[in-house]
Amino acid sequence: MSQVLFFIAAIGVITGAVGVVVLRNPFYAVLALVGHLLSLAVLFLLLRAEFVAAIQVVIYAGAVMVLYVFVVAYVGEESESLGDRLRNPGAVGSQLRLGGAILAGALLVELLIALLGTGLEAINGKGAGYNPGPEAFGTPAYIGKLLLTRFLLAFEVASFLLLIAAVGGVVLARRRHGVEEDDEQDVLTPMNLLRPRSTGTMAEGVGKR
Amino acid sequence: MSIAWYLAVSAIVFSLGAIGVITRRNPLVVLLCLELMLNGGNLALIAFSRMWGNGDGQILAIVVMTVAACEVCIGLGMIVALYRRHLPIDVDELRELQG
Amino acid sequence: MTQTTYGWLVLAFPLLGTLTIGLGYRKLPGRSAGWIGTAAIFLAFLAAIGALLTMQDHSESHRQAVSSLWNYASTVGIDAQMSILVDPLSVFMILIVSGVSTLIHLYSISYMTEDRGFARYFAYLNFFVFSMLLLVLAGNFMLLIVGWAFVGAASYLLISFWYRRKTATAAGIKAFVINVVGDVGLVLGTYFIFKHTGTLDFLRAFHATQAGAFGHATNNGDLVAGCVLLLVGAFAKSAQIPLHTWLPDAMEGPTPVSALIHAATMVTAGVYLIARMHPLFELAPAAEDVGAIVGAATLLIAGTIALTQTDIKRVIAYSTMSQIGYMIMGVSVGAYAAGLFHLMTHAFFKALLFMGAGSIIGAMGGGQSLEKMGGFRKALPFTYGCFIVGGLALSGIPPFSGFFSKDDILLVTAERGGWHWALYVVGYIGAFLTAIYTFRMIFRAFHGEPVEEALELEEGHLHHAEQPTNPATGEVEDTDVGFPGPFHTIAERALPMRVAMGILALGAFGAGLVQIPKVDFVIDDFLRPSFAGSPLYASESHTKSSLLVVGIVLGTLLGLAGIAIAYRVWVKKPGTAGAVRARLQPLYELFVNKWYFDELIGAVVLTPFAAVGGFARGTFERVFVDDTLVGGTTGLVRIGSAAVRAAQSGFVRYYAALLVLGLAGVGFYFLLQT
Repeated sequence: MSQVLFFIAAIGVITGAVGVVVLRNPFYAVLALVGHLLSLAVLFLLLRAEFVAAIQVVIYAGAVMVLYVFVVAYVGEESESLGDRLRNPGAVGSQLRLGGAILAGALLVELLIALLGTGLEAINGKGAGYNPGPEAFGTPAYIGKLLLTRFLLAFEVASFLLLIAAVGGVVLARRRHGVEEDDEQDVLTPMNLLRPRSTGTMAEGVGKR
Repeated sequence: MSIAWYLAVSAIVFSLGAIGVITRRNPLVVLLCLELMLNGGNLALIAFSRMWGNGDGQILAIVVMTVAACEVCIGLGMIVALYRRHLPIDVDELRELQG
Repeated sequence: MTQTTYGWLVLAFPLLGTLTIGLGYRKLPGRSAGWIGTAAIFLAFLAAIGALLTMQDHSESHRQAVSSLWNYASTVGIDAQMSILVDPLSVFMILIVSGVSTLIHLYSISYMTEDRGFARYFAYLNFFVFSMLLLVLAGNFMLLIVGWAFVGAASYLLISFWYRRKTATAAGIKAFVINVVGDVGLVLGTYFIFKHTGTLDFLRAFHATQAGAFGHATNNGDLVAGCVLLLVGAFAKSAQIPLHTWLPDAMEGPTPVSALIHAATMVTAGVYLIARMHPLFELAPAAEDVGAIVGAATLLIAGTIALTQTDIKRVIAYSTMSQIGYMIMGVSVGAYAAGLFHLMTHAFFKALLFMGAGSIIGAMGGGQSLEKMGGFRKALPFTYGCFIVGGLALSGIPPFSGFFSKDDILLVTAERGGWHWALYVVGYIGAFLTAIYTFRMIFRAFHGEPVEEALELEEGHLHHAEQPTNPATGEVEDTDVGFPGPFHTIAERALPMRVAMGILALGAFGAGLVQIPKVDFVIDDFLRPSFAGSPLYASESHTKSSLLVVGIVLGTLLGLAGIAIAYRVWVKKPGTAGAVRARLQPLYELFVNKWYFDELIGAVVLTPFAAVGGFARGTFERVFVDDTLVGGTTGLVRIGSAAVRAAQSGFVRYYAALLVLGLAGVGFYFLLQT
């Protein structure tokens, strides 16, 4: 049973991946990636990583991909077919395409050989034993306990990194000056004097100071 | 299923992501393919964690996901900034590092 | 005080003089630089006399003293000291050098009085005297070479003293370059000597040689090579064929410089060298023969050239070359005392002649051409008298000094026997020519119709050229620094000049009486300790008296005959010279062009060197060094960096591809490992 599920999920994963690479419309590529992520979550479940699978769906497919969708909608579609590009090569030309494919193919072959063929006899094909219970392998409690004891530093650093990324994202994407509109001289409150000229707030973005 | 199958899938996903990064011109799609590569790595990590029976791999996979989220945030912020300045959204046109 | 202390004092005084004048010339008022210089050399002369007296106090076998100031270099194989050797030979030389130099300094005070470079002149002159004294006092090869080089440098500085004259600077360079050739010969010769004796010190080297460092047979290859190379040095310094071309050009320097350097002292350094190295030469008769032949050839060739020259200073210069030829011939055949005696008398009368020439040049307002001179007898009586004295001494008329010394040399030469009789004959032919050209000069300048400068002078007005010109080329100059001064002096009006010339005239007249051949042996005895152990020296005193009489009579007759011929050609029948020249035109051309030595050296040496230099600069330097070596390496770097720069295409995907490539490569490597 698990084998059947594995194959279905694996096919979903690979199809999604191929779709991301091939589809010319970026919106469709995003959707393909979402499918890929969901299939990957199933694979995680098969590997008894319940919490990680949940995280994958909620955060990765849920938040990150939504962010992608927003940006794709904002930036617009710059779709170009693979066939177009093959026929009218741009500045880099088709060699890079071909070379890239060859390189990645070589990489794949190597990895497969490494993983499957050579001395990975240590890989116990079946996996370790598994004791069910409240803090069993893969449960949230299990992960939580690890995060707060053994991997506390990684946990804290990761949260710090998130903070930095958030600040960075705001700084990168803000407007320098507000949207130019007619001068609306409202009541001149002290706040107007104290506030700096442009802070990139949503209010400014919309038009009100 | 033996772990080897999962690892094979992981390798395939990683390579597909590599091809995509090299091949596509739209920076958004390039970032997407980058995500693919990260996911391939994640899968390998989880597989090994299952094999050894401890949670290290899963923790690392969570951290990788966190990092991926941050990187997406910054990357998309850059693309938005590019769009705001009316620069072409095409990695081949953005060549100021040349020479 | 010991003789060596006096020796160091002899060196110290001129050095102090140079430094004082050279460094402090701004503070020295008026003409005091000249008096300081003269005083310095005079003190050196007094110290030389002190050395003489203390040396004579010792017994004969203890008269050679070496004193070392400090150990310059003492490493494996070489022991180089700052040491001087005070022995009869060097005392003889320093007496002559400092004595004549004092008189010339005195003369120069008047002669150069109007020159803007007065202090510079005396600084250089003192430096020259210091170098020459160093050369003759040197106790080892190292200081000899140092003195040798310094003398060459001083000569260059003084020849191109009037440095804004192109002819003067060219002459200075020519002299210096030829001297350098001699220096090279000297240093290489030293190497050969050092190789076998293992020491640079003179006395030790001589003892080693006599003890058999070069083997006991004569004409050891290395020794002959070393001695011939030393001879090359001697020839360059003493202006013998073929390294003589610099001496006539050196007359571009001021006349006192010509008197000092190119008559009395520097050009005699070669003679001193051969005399000092006599133990080496006596074991290499082949080298001695070379020296004798070259000396004889020079005296003949120089004599013939002097017959045709029209510049008064050049006549005297060629005469110097000829007389040095006598000296070189003399010391090469072993007539050491005779050769050095001639050196002494020659210093007197040659310096006297040059001083007289300076006086008459002053009377001409700077002109030096014999063709423009005439009839100065009444206008310049003192100068005329000095010329007569010097000329008679030069021509070898008894009882003047030149007769005794020249005869002495030729006598000893004949005594050697064998092929040396040829040298004897050549010597007398040379004496004959000497008398002719000397009195040709005197008669043309002082006899005949007075030229207008002479007439002016008889009325009491010294001729003054409106525009100063270069006597050789005629181009116009000014009288600022670097050119001669505006006013010239003549002996009749300057006391210092008269004093100096007078003393020299006395020397030219009476110095010969010091050593009348076979009667007096003053010089022989005096120099004996320096030449102890020389088999040739001992035999100098034994002669057949018949040869002596023949020599005396022949010498006198030839001298008088020469004067008579000169009188007839240039005074009695003035057109005879032109007629003779017309009859012997090719010979005349050969002589007046100085036997084409300048052209020969130009073709054989200068042209190939210039060609090599041109090739090196134009082809080798440009093509090989600039284009291939320098251009090649920079080109390679440029191409390489262009190739590397191509990787920075700016395409992000390209960089990503390179990353994947790297990853694949690393993976491949690790795969291969397992």
